Amino acid sequence: MNIIRKRMRLWVQIITAALTNGYVNGFIQGKIYTGPTKQFCVPGLNCYSCPGAVGACPIGSLQAVISKQGYNFSFYVIGFLMIVGAMAGRFVCGWLCPFGLVQDLLYKIPLMRKIKNLPFDKYLSMLKYFVLVVFVILLPMLVVNLFGQGDPWFCKWICPSGTLFAGIPLVTLNEGLRSAVGWLFQWKLLLLAIILILSIKVYRPFCKYLCPLGAIYGLFNPLSIHRYKVDQEKCVSCKKCQKTCKMDIPVYEQPNSMNCIRCQECVKGCPYGAITTHPKRKKRRNDEKF
Amino acid sequence: MKDNTAGITLIMVGVIFVIFGTNRGEALEVMLKAVTICLECIGIGQV
Repeated sequence: MNIIRKRMRLWVQIITAALTNGYVNGFIQGKIYTGPTKQFCVPGLNCYSCPGAVGACPIGSLQAVISKQGYNFSFYVIGFLMIVGAMAGRFVCGWLCPFGLVQDLLYKIPLMRKIKNLPFDKYLSMLKYFVLVVFVILLPMLVVNLFGQGDPWFCKWICPSGTLFAGIPLVTLNEGLRSAVGWLFQWKLLLLAIILILSIKVYRPFCKYLCPLGAIYGLFNPLSIHRYKVDQEKCVSCKKCQKTCKMDIPVYEQPNSMNCIRCQECVKGCPYGAITTHPKRKKRRNDEKF
Repeated sequence: MKDNTAGITLIMVGVIFVIFGTNRGEALEVMLKAVTICLECIGIGQV
């Protein structure tokens, strides 16, 4: 029981990944699930073309709707992201995203000397907003064919989650698809390989620098119902929270930073118990700054 | 409750958005996209 409690986040990540990719038949037959739950988005970056996926990826869905003639905006997907974001912010990244789980597991491999950030981290962190605006919104909306239909640019050119969970299994299992593989697939494999290798050295490089879904959820971090509070009475600015934080966030200054994935390591790591999660039991709600 | 005003407001707007989006056929669009193998998503689309 204690082992489960100690590794609670890992267990939640594994169970969520198993549940949202629970169509085992798809992995056996090299096909995808076509049941009614596919109209509903899942919270994490979980490709709907993964053979096991029982729901739809919100970023793929967003592109699918806005690239369709006559829409240009998706109330359905944006509304879903608002609900999830307002409830939990980037908690989704830390606890519910299957590609986050993959990066977490790779970071545990004791192969390379670990570093917290890549050089030019400040600028690289802005890349995810560029990816969101350009690849997820503008290009699918504006670059259209004769029938007014755009491409899912992020999925097509960048998404490593799609390559890992959908591309590789489907191409391996489905002979028809295997024969259609070209240089685009090779480009995506290369990008996936870079991100996976980098994940051994740097904690969650995709989440930090590229993920458009994380960029969206991050906007909700300061407003979401689940958030952190720092008790200024208890905090001595020892920076232990930042040292503990694998995302390298100065939690004592920015408890609700847009890059925080709510892994709660800082909450556990604070020697003074100054960081608490909200909502929490009422007796802890005293003069806390958030 | 007071702390959560922004969050709760966003959730309510989100619910309205989802209902409106579903009514104008967006859930169906998502469904249609999600039940066919997305060739571009797996890297087999035309360049």
